[in-house]
Amino acid sequence: MSETTRPLVQTNERPLSLPVNWPRRLAYIALAIYAVYAASTLDVSWARIVRGLPQGAHFLSRMWPPNIEPLKMDLMRQGLVESVEIAVLSTFFGVLLSLPLGLLAARNLMPAWVSWTTRGVTALLRSFNSVIVAILFVKAIGFGALAGILALIVGTMGFVSKLFAEAIEEVNLRQVEAVRATGASFTNVLIMGVLPQVMARFAGFTAYQLDSNLRNSTMVGIVGGGGIGAALFTAYQRFDYDYVFTILLAIIAIVMLSELASVQIRKIFQ
Amino acid sequence: MTIAMQAETAAVDRSLVIRNLEKSYTADKPILKDINLKIGGRGITAVIGPSGAGKSTLIRCVNGLVAATSGEIIFQGENITRLRGRQLREMRRRIGMVHQEYSLVERLSVMENLLTGRLGYVPAWRAWLRRFPAEDIAHAYELLDAIGLTDFGNRRADQLSGGQRQRVGIARALMQQPDLLLADEPTSSLDPKTSVEIIELMDKLAAARGIPVIINIHNVELARRFASRIIGMAKGSIVFDGPPAALEDKNLAEIYGGQSWIE
Repeated sequence: MSETTRPLVQTNERPLSLPVNWPRRLAYIALAIYAVYAASTLDVSWARIVRGLPQGAHFLSRMWPPNIEPLKMDLMRQGLVESVEIAVLSTFFGVLLSLPLGLLAARNLMPAWVSWTTRGVTALLRSFNSVIVAILFVKAIGFGALAGILALIVGTMGFVSKLFAEAIEEVNLRQVEAVRATGASFTNVLIMGVLPQVMARFAGFTAYQLDSNLRNSTMVGIVGGGGIGAALFTAYQRFDYDYVFTILLAIIAIVMLSELASVQIRKIFQ
Repeated sequence: MTIAMQAETAAVDRSLVIRNLEKSYTADKPILKDINLKIGGRGITAVIGPSGAGKSTLIRCVNGLVAATSGEIIFQGENITRLRGRQLREMRRRIGMVHQEYSLVERLSVMENLLTGRLGYVPAWRAWLRRFPAEDIAHAYELLDAIGLTDFGNRRADQLSGGQRQRVGIARALMQQPDLLLADEPTSSLDPKTSVEIIELMDKLAAARGIPVIINIHNVELARRFASRIIGMAKGSIVFDGPPAALEDKNLAEIYGGQSWIE
C-alpha cells in the first residue's frame, strides 16, 4: 500500500477488524488452570499410567479367546433378549409419554406458566443418570426388568420431551396459522399443522433414544434392573474376563444393528 | 353442485361491514385508525398501499387471526371482534383465506392440504386417521381439476412450484365452501405471468361460486385489472375508495407518497 492511498483508508477511525475477545480468552485460561489443578489433586500422573499398563495388558490377555461355552452363550442370550426388551419397551412408553410433555413445554404453543412448569418437571426427570433412578426403582419395587424399564422411561421422558419441545418451537408458524384460519380446533391444528412438520425429527429422536436406551439397558442390570448387565457384572466380579469379552462383543453388535435400524426408521419417516 | 350452490347464494348475505375498527399493538402507535367499510356480497375488492399501511392487519382482523382493539366487524349478523373460542372457529370456517407464499403444510400431500380446509368440521380422530367424509374427498378432486392439478393429489406440497402451491392454497380455501374469501398478498412471491394467472383463477372460481373476495395486493396494475373496487390505505387509514377508473396518479401519490414510507 502506497503512502498516497493511506488517507483514504482512515485506519485510525475504524475498529479493529478482528478484536480480541477477552472474556473468551480468560475462560480458556481458567479452564486450562483448573484442569492442571484437578489433575494434581487426583493423582493423575504419567508414572501412575506406566505402573498400570502391565496390569491392563494382563487383563486384556485374559479376555482372549472369548468364552463361547454353550451354557454361557445361553445365559448371555437370555440377558441380551431381556436388555433389548427393556430398551424397546422403555423407548416406546417413554416416547409416548414425551409427546404430551413436549407439547406442553413448547413455548410457541403454550402460555408461559405451562411451558415453564413442564420444563421444570422434565429437568427434574433428566437430572439423575438412569443407573441412579434404577437403584431407586429396584429399592421401591424389587429386582427385575420392570425396575429397569421404569428407570429408562424416566430418563427417556426427561430427554426426549425436551427435544420434542425444541422441534415444536422451530415449526413454521405461517403453516400453522394457515391451518388455524380454516376454523380448525386446537387438536386439529396440532394434527395437521404441527405434527407433519415435526414427525421426521421425532422419528429421528426416537431412533436415537432407542440406541441410547440399548446402551443404558446394559447398565441398569448392574444394579438389579434386569438384562445383560447382571451377567456382565457377575462375570467381572468372578474374573471371567473371557466371558466379559464375549458379552462386550455382543453388546457392540447389537448397538451397531440398532444403528442400521435407526437409519431405516429415519428413511421411512422422511 | 355449482348450480345448487348459486341458488343457495341468493339467500345468503355475504356482505361485510366494518365500523370504527382500530388496532394498536402499543397504545400510542395505531396500526389501523377508525376504519369504516361496507363491502358488498360480490366481486373483488382490492386493498392497496405501502408495506406497513395496515392492509394485512385489516384482513387478519376479519377472520380473527388478529384481535381488534375496538370497533365492529359484522358478517352474517355476528360481530367478529367479539367472538372467542368455538364461536370464532365457526366463523372462520365461513371465511376462506389465501395466504402469502409458503402457507401450505409443506410435508403434507396436496390432497391432505386441501382436506385441511375441512378441519373446522371433522373431529380429531378423523383428522388423525385421515378418514375424511367421502363428499369432502369428492369435492377435493373437483377442485384439483378446477385448478389444473388433477394428477398432483399425492405429491407432497414442497415438490410444487410457487404458482402450483398458490393454486393449492386457493383450492384449500374453497374447500371450506366459504362465504367470503380473503387473500393476503397472494402473489408476493410469484413472477408477473403467474401472478396474473393466480388472480385470474381466484376471480373465476370465486365468481362461479358467488363468493366476494377481499385481496391485499402490491401490484396496482393487477388490482386495476381484476378488482371492481379499490381501497387505498396509508398509515392505517383509508385514503382512497372507489372503482379502478377513479384511481388517478394523484391518488397513488397519496397512497404510496414520499413521506409515508421514508419516515
